[in-house]
Amino acid sequence: MPADVQADALSSSIADDLNTRGRDWYIDRAVSVGVFVGGVSAIVFIIGIFVFVTREGLGFALGTLDLKEFFTSMNWRPTSERNPTYGILALMAGTASVTGLAMLVAVPFSLGAAIYIAEFASGRMREALKVLVELLAAIPSVVWGFIGMSIMNPLIIDIFDVPVGLSVLNAGVILGLMAAPIMTTIAEDALKAVPDSYREAAEAMGATRWQVVFKVVLPAAKNGLMAAVLLGVGRGFGETMAVLMASGHAINIPTSPFDSVRALTATIAAELGDTARGSDHYGVLFTLGIFLFVVTFVINLTADIVVKGVGKKQ
Amino acid sequence: MSMFARTALDQQNRRVEWLVKTLFLMMTVLLIVPVVLIMGILIQRGAPVLSWGFLTEVPTNGMTAGGIFTALIGTIWIVTVALIASVPIGVAAAVYLSEYAPDNWLTRAINLAIINLAGVPSIVHALFGLGAFVVFFGFGRSILAASLTLAVMTLPIVIVATRESLQAVPHAFREACWNMGATRWQTIRKVVLPNSISGILTGVILEVSRTAGETAPIMFTGAAAFLPFLPQGVLDQTMAMSLHLYVVSTQVPNGPDALPFGVALVLISMVLVMNASSIAFRVYLRNKRKW
Amino acid sequence: MVDATPKLSVRNLTVRYGDKTALDGISLDVLPNEIFGIIGPANSGKTSFLRALNRMEEFDTNMTVEGEILFEGQDITAVRNVYALRRKVGVVFPLPVGLPMSIYENVAFAPKLAGIRKKAQLDDIVERCLTRAALWDEVKDRLNALGSLLSGGQQQRLTIARALSQDPELLLLDEFSIAVDPVTTMRIEDVLKELKDEITIVLVTNLVQQARRLADRTAFFLESELVEIADTEELFTGTVKDQRTRDYVEGRFG
Repeated sequence: MPADVQADALSSSIADDLNTRGRDWYIDRAVSVGVFVGGVSAIVFIIGIFVFVTREGLGFALGTLDLKEFFTSMNWRPTSERNPTYGILALMAGTASVTGLAMLVAVPFSLGAAIYIAEFASGRMREALKVLVELLAAIPSVVWGFIGMSIMNPLIIDIFDVPVGLSVLNAGVILGLMAAPIMTTIAEDALKAVPDSYREAAEAMGATRWQVVFKVVLPAAKNGLMAAVLLGVGRGFGETMAVLMASGHAINIPTSPFDSVRALTATIAAELGDTARGSDHYGVLFTLGIFLFVVTFVINLTADIVVKGVGKKQ
Repeated sequence: MSMFARTALDQQNRRVEWLVKTLFLMMTVLLIVPVVLIMGILIQRGAPVLSWGFLTEVPTNGMTAGGIFTALIGTIWIVTVALIASVPIGVAAAVYLSEYAPDNWLTRAINLAIINLAGVPSIVHALFGLGAFVVFFGFGRSILAASLTLAVMTLPIVIVATRESLQAVPHAFREACWNMGATRWQTIRKVVLPNSISGILTGVILEVSRTAGETAPIMFTGAAAFLPFLPQGVLDQTMAMSLHLYVVSTQVPNGPDALPFGVALVLISMVLVMNASSIAFRVYLRNKRKW
Repeated sequence: MVDATPKLSVRNLTVRYGDKTALDGISLDVLPNEIFGIIGPANSGKTSFLRALNRMEEFDTNMTVEGEILFEGQDITAVRNVYALRRKVGVVFPLPVGLPMSIYENVAFAPKLAGIRKKAQLDDIVERCLTRAALWDEVKDRLNALGSLLSGGQQQRLTIARALSQDPELLLLDEFSIAVDPVTTMRIEDVLKELKDEITIVLVTNLVQQARRLADRTAFFLESELVEIADTEELFTGTVKDQRTRDYVEGRFG
């Protein structure tokens, strides 16, 4: 066969090959759709949470809710027959005091531990500590609540000679111990993210280890560290079981760490079981849920933005 | 004076260095020691109640005696259904983020959604589960509703662990496959996924551990304080270990002192063993490098 | 010389990464059964050229390709099955890549993609390709060993074996000898000389002498432009059209 006819025959079969879509082509397309659906599922679920919680709380929120009372009144009496009131001020004080104490306890220790693990500990020690921190973070919140009730409670009564051991102090310390491992891990990541070149440059100028840490590494990592604290606050704010079991049941604004308080999250957990669907009590608890959702959303968003600040600097 | 003699400044620096290092070490230790002590107390006070029977008998006498069998089985049911629901979606999402997602606003939104899912308070997840699965979808209070609630809550764990292990596979492998004419999926199926299984497993173990310990999300969606029988299907309610600890410590005043400690001990041991094995697995795999 | 239709016909090819232009309006032909060399300093667009030929912009959202690329007369920018195109084009990268599977599976990867299932057939292909890639003798007793744990030179020959297993029409090599010892380089060069009769080869190299040893015709790329193409001996010894080519070839820059 002459060369050009041969070439034509060859190229037409190549043309066929290149233009026939096999099974693999279609499977690949199907998979790309499937994983896309998986990917956006996270967005769907977050929106879903907001939608369904709002749905159950809408009745109350649009009807009986009095925003001024909600945010400024200390009187949380949803079960009162004659005059139910839905003021969450005392509950917010409960959450704030417990979270505040927890942060006071946890932040310095978490940062200290993170600095030690990231900057001073040697290979084996560092691995062992990281493992321990990870195991600490895994302890379920109901177990922490139990520890608060059965170990911290009598301990506080003994040591401080107070009548009741379920209090801001109890829940605050427990929450602090809960949030600390997570803050340590995130803070440690933030410190590790500081490039070694910064440390080497400082050491080349004659700085000692601790000078390098304080004057170079910490300032460079400050965005990540702030994010770690913010996330710890978010965790404390949203914690339910431990606070429910350790903070007591009194709905009031605490004047001392030994006072019992009730947190927002614990309130929902404690009261939801006794409500009837569609009732105002039911509705206000869901409204509380919306409030909690929005606040933690804002905290997480802020932490994310704060961390991004590091990226922009470089 | 010789350039290498120790100056007074040197010595002071050395001392401060030692002080700082010790200070931070102390802080680390202080973080860990209380927990070790607590574990000790749990073991000491819970041991009297522990026995093989504890694990295999059902609670009796208003839950003041007997064992925790019903709760154990319930937790296994819930964890299994939650895994079935969350692992496929989580792995798919991670594959999308690692292998397909372009660098645009949608991808950033997905990542933000994942972070937020992980940060939503557990009681809000409970409310969501109640409003969505129990009420709207009509599953009623059931294992299904409780598991799905937990699945949504622990989805980020699977996604993050899977994505990290996918991204650990060197990009050069993908390029080599693509250049040979493999589709994205063929490359993922034949090279990327098989080399990420370990990371995925780690994520799954972590998810199991988290799911087993959560209480609030299942309190109103399908877990009950006491049931005299084992669940027969996903639409039944069930007891669960985490809720059982709560119930036994707050609502059963007349039981033996060791009982709640025993329950706490079993629960915390389950969780710690699972986490420890996931860590050990990770270390083992790190030494079995394939490239 | 027979007036053959070009294997590859490129017209006005422009490749961009974001705002950066890597190739600016290149036009050339690659004839069947020749070794077509491409030389030029770093960042002149040589690698982008190869990537565009294999339609790799699909996997890089930053990369845009304009212009016409005809493979055997087929406009490859418009083919419906781009994977079939890539199966016909073998590529060897600068950095050796052994896939994390057995040596056998490395070479059987492409044939399995093409639908070959029979073990006897696959065995045959694996042995043939490893032999032609000058690797068979070294690995024939350990075909189950991980391809990703071989030495650099072995992995590069493994890559060539993989490329050959595709039974390609076109073989693209991008600076294949950078991470490889001189002995392996020589062996691979011998392999290429043998393959010329069956396959068309485009050889991008930063080793000017390598082009001189292997290529029939050579093109000189400089800063995203095609400066000139000529028969290799002409380019290196005879009259060149452009002073820049002479300067590069004589080592005055790059």
